[in-house]
Amino acid sequence: MSALFVLIGISILVAGGFLLAFLWSVGNGQYDDDYTPSVRMLFDQEKNTAAKNETENIQVTTPTTK
Amino acid sequence: MQVEKFYYDNRIVKNFAYATILWGVVGMLAGLWVALQLVFPSLNITQYGTFGRLRPLHTNAVIFAFVGNGIFMGVYYSLQRLCKARMYSDTLSKIHFWGWQLIIVAAAITLPMGITTSKEYAELEWPIDIAITLIWVVFGWNMFGTILKRRERHLYVAIWFYIATFVTVAVLHIVNSFAIPVSFMKSYSWYAGVQDALVQWWYGHNAVAFFLTTPYLGLMYYFMPKAANRPVYSYRLSIIHFWALIFLYIWAGPHHLLYTSLPNWAQSLGVVFSFMLIFPSWGGMINGLLTLRGAWDRVRDDVILKFMVVAVTAYGMATFEGPMLSLKNVNAISHFTDWIVAHVHVGALGWNGMLTFGILYWLIPRIFNTPLYSKKLAANHFWLGTLGIVFYAVPMYWAGFTQSSMWKQFTESGQLKYSFLETVTYLKPFYAMRSLGGTLYLIGALIMVYNIYKTVKAGKLVADEAAEAPALEKEYHSHQGEHWHRWIERKPVQMLVASLIVILIGGVIEMVPTFLIKSNVPTISSVKPYTPLELQGRDIYVREGCYVCHSQMIRPFRSETERYGEYSKAGEFVYDHPFQWGSKRTGPDLAREGTGNLKKSDGWHFRHMREPSSMSEGSIMPAYPFLLEQDLDTNSTPAKIRAMQTLGVPYEKGFDKEANEALMAQAKQISNNLLNDSIRVAPNKEIIALIAYLQRLGKDIQQPQNN
Repeated sequence: MSALFVLIGISILVAGGFLLAFLWSVGNGQYDDDYTPSVRMLFDQEKNTAAKNETENIQVTTPTTK
Repeated sequence: MQVEKFYYDNRIVKNFAYATILWGVVGMLAGLWVALQLVFPSLNITQYGTFGRLRPLHTNAVIFAFVGNGIFMGVYYSLQRLCKARMYSDTLSKIHFWGWQLIIVAAAITLPMGITTSKEYAELEWPIDIAITLIWVVFGWNMFGTILKRRERHLYVAIWFYIATFVTVAVLHIVNSFAIPVSFMKSYSWYAGVQDALVQWWYGHNAVAFFLTTPYLGLMYYFMPKAANRPVYSYRLSIIHFWALIFLYIWAGPHHLLYTSLPNWAQSLGVVFSFMLIFPSWGGMINGLLTLRGAWDRVRDDVILKFMVVAVTAYGMATFEGPMLSLKNVNAISHFTDWIVAHVHVGALGWNGMLTFGILYWLIPRIFNTPLYSKKLAANHFWLGTLGIVFYAVPMYWAGFTQSSMWKQFTESGQLKYSFLETVTYLKPFYAMRSLGGTLYLIGALIMVYNIYKTVKAGKLVADEAAEAPALEKEYHSHQGEHWHRWIERKPVQMLVASLIVILIGGVIEMVPTFLIKSNVPTISSVKPYTPLELQGRDIYVREGCYVCHSQMIRPFRSETERYGEYSKAGEFVYDHPFQWGSKRTGPDLAREGTGNLKKSDGWHFRHMREPSSMSEGSIMPAYPFLLEQDLDTNSTPAKIRAMQTLGVPYEKGFDKEANEALMAQAKQISNNLLNDSIRVAPNKEIIALIAYLQRLGKDIQQPQNN
């Protein structure tokens, strides 16, 4: 049943890769703010928001309800 | 801060959208056709149109062509906007698009020709496998290139789902596709028997996980908030359930092999992880549905949201059912039956299909800058699709449960109550009803084709959509600010993936041959390699996709050992490159077809293959008259023997040169047997080899006598 060990090895490598990615993402500050991103992605469509978005956190306090 | 102007590439999105629609219809049509074949076996027209060859065409078309293009459509649309950047390279986008379509065409040609590895959802032969790997790398290159030149620091959760999809599918595909080529379009799996089964279902399950689930969750996290115009219920939950999901999924594969010859501890491992998966899966489902909190009134009017709600609900149902089916006592009933067919179609039709439709209705009007042609038609599509799912799933659940119960039913005197054939003919009405469900679903999809055609006609493609965003600062000062951070940040994802792939390829190439071949040494001394004729017959069995309907795995239940003989042992499969355990019993198990009560004469097999219903009245098996006409290709015998020797099968040295003599001797013997049965057939016909293989099945171990 050595295929098992091969698969486990590979699975651990993959999981390890994801662990590194996870650590990177936390260390990188990706999850420092776990609210703004969910709102920000809604606004990339609007024609004139690019200028507004210069200040990144503009929508934090005012989630619009259109 | 400098605001930069740039353009989103909508043409590539349009191309993938068209491909999604085209292949979706083709895949569903193929599905409807094979469903009808189970009701009307006469629809098995010519050798290129038998169920065994067309069902893989259906599954591959739906998974890799329909859903595959759907993934790319959604990724190319959302990634550009989430990264505030055009795709990294238009050339790579084009290579990706056309390469993927060529692979699909290659699949559509080779599968009906019987060119297959017989590993489910990985049936394509080695040259196409290599092409898939290359195109997948192009996709990844393009995606990571875009991520690296993004103008938005934060990677939205959808992007993480895309990354996980890319990395894991690459690894799965490479590991499972390891094979030794025999000729340009024929190869033998590197693994044998139990090992092959394990690798295959490690792949097979994760194909569901990382091709049908994670990318679509990513799409859900982009398109559902967009369609509802409100943020996802909990961004924090999305992050937690993402990491939990990808860590758990990869261990769940063995739940496809419960009660088989796989070691018990591996089975249990699969069960435990499968069960845990319910939590992250439902995390995603809940997060999707609750995104609509306070907006449910809009679901009444907005057909796109309707599609998405049904999709996410179907996801929730399928991922509740999955862990349940992974429990051994449930699996004992459900495995090998139409229950599983129902389960996967709730996932495919409900989750993947309905979400794809929702995205198409949302996206096409946007990139063509025009309203949808008809909301009413879209609503009709929605209801036809939803009803189609119900009409499909309910008969299949019913059929699965019924058939399993009939298999396990004993009379008062302890005899099996139903012959296998009785359980098959009982299911025909259910199969007919299922076709009705499929028809409804297909009609819905055709209505969508018309609706989108009219929409596209009315609008004009905004091929390059203008956008602007401030450039990303080059240096990011994290609050910790150590310098390895900065170093890794310059090429974070690229480095990660490149090193992972290098390690994996290197590791696999080194380990697989040395490890696996040694452990293929038989543990049952009476198990012998196939004779050349049997080997050729086995390749015909593979070519015709017999594994699609016939298992070769007797589980240790009394209802199975009574019907099929002694339960299967791991040691019996050590020369099976690839394994042929199957996953569905539309026909009976064949693991011991050549032994005990199941043993039939050569003449029976001959007549049965010529016209199955002549020997088993009411059989829904296709007829194989062409096997009686076609000559066996004996030129390939030496190469096949040599390939097997490389894989560690103990044929004597130099046997490849004598193999064809041995083959002819055995063929003449069978031909003579048939002559005694007043059947005149030349020994060089394919049917002879197939009979040799069928008569060999299960013979290697001494079985206790059953009554």
